[in-house]
Amino acid sequence: MKSLDMKNVYMDHASATPVREEVIEAMLPYFDRHFGNPSTVYDMGSKVKQVIEEHRAKVAKLISAKSQEIIFTSSGAEANNLAVKGVALSLQKKGRHIIISAIEHHSVLNSARFLERMDFEVTFLPVDEYGLVDSGRLSRAIRSDTILVSIMHANNEIGTIQPISELSAICREKGVLFHTDAVASVGNIPVDVNALNVDLLSLSGVSIGAPKGIGALYFRNNLRLMPLIHGGIQESGRRGGTENVPYIVGLGKASVLAVEELFDKMNHLEKLRSLIISGVRERIEHVKLTGHPDKRLPGHASFCIEAIEGEALIYMLNQHGIYSNTGSACASKALKTSPVLVAIGTPPDLAQGSIVFTMDSSNKIEEIEYVMEKLCLVVEKLRSLSPLWRSKEGI
Amino acid sequence: MYSEKVMEHFSNPYNAGVIENADGIGEVGNPVCGDMMAFYIKVKDDKLADVKFKTFGCVAAIAVSNIVSEMAKGKTLQEAKSITKKTVANALDGLPKEKMHCSNLGAKALAEAIKDYEKKKYG
Repeated sequence: MKSLDMKNVYMDHASATPVREEVIEAMLPYFDRHFGNPSTVYDMGSKVKQVIEEHRAKVAKLISAKSQEIIFTSSGAEANNLAVKGVALSLQKKGRHIIISAIEHHSVLNSARFLERMDFEVTFLPVDEYGLVDSGRLSRAIRSDTILVSIMHANNEIGTIQPISELSAICREKGVLFHTDAVASVGNIPVDVNALNVDLLSLSGVSIGAPKGIGALYFRNNLRLMPLIHGGIQESGRRGGTENVPYIVGLGKASVLAVEELFDKMNHLEKLRSLIISGVRERIEHVKLTGHPDKRLPGHASFCIEAIEGEALIYMLNQHGIYSNTGSACASKALKTSPVLVAIGTPPDLAQGSIVFTMDSSNKIEEIEYVMEKLCLVVEKLRSLSPLWRSKEGI
Repeated sequence: MYSEKVMEHFSNPYNAGVIENADGIGEVGNPVCGDMMAFYIKVKDDKLADVKFKTFGCVAAIAVSNIVSEMAKGKTLQEAKSITKKTVANALDGLPKEKMHCSNLGAKALAEAIKDYEKKKYG
């Protein structure tokens, strides 16, 4: 097959998605024309307040919540911080024990570590080789002083989707609040707070074609939450600061599009995912698929490739105009293997060969063919340099 | 993040390979800590007639290996021993701080290969 001349094949949608044109268009009037402060009472302000509420309803609809259960935040990370720290601080008289999984995003993980320094106790639940949390283990970890459990819906590095409703049911029965970080799943699979049976849920604009810098936290009914940002009575008193109106509008618009397009998108992404997974299986030997084979995000394909290192792999793919990600220690500033790969039991040398492809509706089948062709080429080149591969060939 | 020089040597590591019947072999690092390098040398008249390497590691590790082999070729053993982490990093127009120690193993691997040669020769 003739090599396609492709300049940019973006395969890292878990890191960022392009802002949709429709979203930009919806946002624009709220920078200069409708700039009034929503807290003011005259028309210019009160009309903007109304716009915020309309868009709150759109975000709520994305996850089948009620409008008044949505708080706008600056990011998914802030939503996670507010959920974990906000609940812990408001319920600390009830208990000081929280439970999170070993594969949480840094914003949950480091919020929990912060609480440890504030004399809370944290249990880190291990996961199995696919990254799944065991419900029996969760049940046994819950104590009389447990106030919160936080387990992510889908993992951005390995794509695994947790059985959230099963896990949250255990917490509901024991009267413990349940939070899920749904940043990676919202817009990629159905996310319904009632079906998931969760008390809190974080989402972010960055994964659904809204700009970076906007996220939201769902909190059930009138759940108490200590604000992280003290200020006025914006966001029902749970987050101070004048609302970021254009970005709220952007998140609302992106939510509407995400709902409309979800099932077509899922069908398309499942095709791309199976092409890439079967392609790698057929054409590259000594590769491990990371995460669950079936219970995984439709646009997510992640592997560990033996005898090569992920950063070198990313740079070489970059030279062919392909943008992907890795959990290799060498690619992180701290030179530490991704905690997620460690938690699923990946040996350190194999974890070095981590590569993650995350796709979106904009990715085409021809792009996947191009990626496969270049991936084979680059893997072969790096293996020809590797002293570990020499020994693999048994020479 | 990387200099142009690093990217050049990474993209085209022309000295990569194995020397059959090498006079000295030096292996440093291990796959668990991230980088691993094997250097092979051929010695003639006390000079490095040929230097090749195999490297498992990041962009920096591969670039370092290639430039070390380039710097060492044709040098006397004594001269080659004076190659250090610092001279290697300078020849590459610098390396990111976090890569200075873990990936900059080329000089050490070369020194090990020379040591291996001298041990074989002088016992």
